[in-house]
Amino acid sequence: MKCKIHTLLCLIVTVFAGTGIVNGQSSVPEENRACLKCHASQTFSIYNEWTEREEKRLMNPLYILDTVQLAGGVHHTFNCIDCHSYEYETYPHNGELKLEPMMTCIDCHGGDPTFAEWQFDRVEEEFKKSVHFETHGEQFSCSKCHSQHYYRATARTSSDVKEIVEYSNNMCLSCHDNMTKYQLVSEHENPQLIEIHSWLPNQALHFRRVRCIECHTDVQDSLMVSHNILRKEHATKNCVECHSANSMLQASLYKYQNLRTRTETGGNNQKSFLSLFKVNASDEEFTSEYYVIGASRVPFLNVFFAVVFFAAVGGIVIHTIMRMIKK
Amino acid sequence: MGTGGKLYLYPLWLRIWHAINALGILALIFSGISLHYSGRGFLLLKFETAIALHNMAGVLVSANYFLFVLGNIMTKNGKYYRVKVPGLSKRIKKQIQYYVSGIFKGEEPPYPVSEKRKFNPLQKYSYIFIMYFFLPLLIVTGFALFFPEIIMEQVFRVSGVMLTAVLHSVSGFLVFIFLLIHLYVASLGKSPSDNFRSILNGWHG
Repeated sequence: MKCKIHTLLCLIVTVFAGTGIVNGQSSVPEENRACLKCHASQTFSIYNEWTEREEKRLMNPLYILDTVQLAGGVHHTFNCIDCHSYEYETYPHNGELKLEPMMTCIDCHGGDPTFAEWQFDRVEEEFKKSVHFETHGEQFSCSKCHSQHYYRATARTSSDVKEIVEYSNNMCLSCHDNMTKYQLVSEHENPQLIEIHSWLPNQALHFRRVRCIECHTDVQDSLMVSHNILRKEHATKNCVECHSANSMLQASLYKYQNLRTRTETGGNNQKSFLSLFKVNASDEEFTSEYYVIGASRVPFLNVFFAVVFFAAVGGIVIHTIMRMIKK
Repeated sequence: MGTGGKLYLYPLWLRIWHAINALGILALIFSGISLHYSGRGFLLLKFETAIALHNMAGVLVSANYFLFVLGNIMTKNGKYYRVKVPGLSKRIKKQIQYYVSGIFKGEEPPYPVSEKRKFNPLQKYSYIFIMYFFLPLLIVTGFALFFPEIIMEQVFRVSGVMLTAVLHSVSGFLVFIFLLIHLYVASLGKSPSDNFRSILNGWHG
């Protein structure tokens, strides 16, 4: 019996470790456990001085953190008070602390050579040209799109383009498909995304396979992810910008993958069956893992098409001449 | 049904099918090239126009294909597409021989058109390949590309959509080459326009 219980426990631990729950919680700093005791829970206890009783209350859902997501985020090693006021260490918290200005990304990352690779200053520069800044100014902080608690740099770290797309588009949709959040910064009606994009052929597929920012930003080759979100009138409606041999997607959605492939292969094309499906466009490459009409091309097929075409036309011309001569 | 040495080989339904098919295939080739080589030449269609035209022509040619199959099942036209294996390579060789040599010497075609034999062996088997292999392949792959979500995500680390698209464009290209040769061979009648007139009025000869 004891042995069975032991086996069962081992199994449970294995399953949880597999889902990352055990890993996730262990990567949260010890100092944060006191905060998460309430902020990762549906309820909290407080001593009510009026009633002179310890009371259990429901936590405001907006203040409940998802510890799994938190552990997977880029800031998972941070202490809560690295960004929030140290006064939060006192419980019950002082209500006025809610009004304290929050730290912004640039407060830590700006001008710091440690983060040079991430180009935060360039990101800020581009963001300040964007419609978000133009319309809402400083009120539109990085956190409107990038949750400091959960943010993952998928465009750099994920090898799955679909994941990069979904993660990025969910940032946009968190406001543009959510009237409550949209109203935080705008008095306008939230645009109807499906109707407004009805001109786009295969709309559902585009939404799943490319990011909103592919068309809605001014793509900068020198920046990993363009942050200059354009006014809707300036968004590209030109299919050929993506659907051509010189596809813009090379410099945007597939940029990190391209850079990594080049690093891994030292700039050489792999000479394998798979390399047959690699497509040259300028000096960038599309891999065989996805297909874009007009952009993906198979080089050896181009040669095959040309040879067969000229052989057929040549044969017809020679045959015609021969018939004329022998007439 | 012979009248004054003329044969009524192309009934009305077949001519309608052929006309729709011809125009549809031309639209598909032009729009297909425009999509594949988009942004590469001023002679090509705009991407969005090419997409719309390719989709419409694709649906039209696919629906029309069923008219062809149905017509061949319901009328005697189907017999012209029946494969006869014995002596096949000999017959094909003989026809090739005629095209590469006999035709220049003024020889008579080895397999002249008759009510029983509308196509010469080479013509017959190229039509069979095009109509019963490449066209269905184009319709199936085209339909899959129209609804790409039904295609397998990856096949040996290659995108399923990529493989389908490659199969579609190779088949489309071979139909294009067939069309060039088809048009040229059609001009080898008594006069260059003779066969073109036949497919419009139905009468051969």
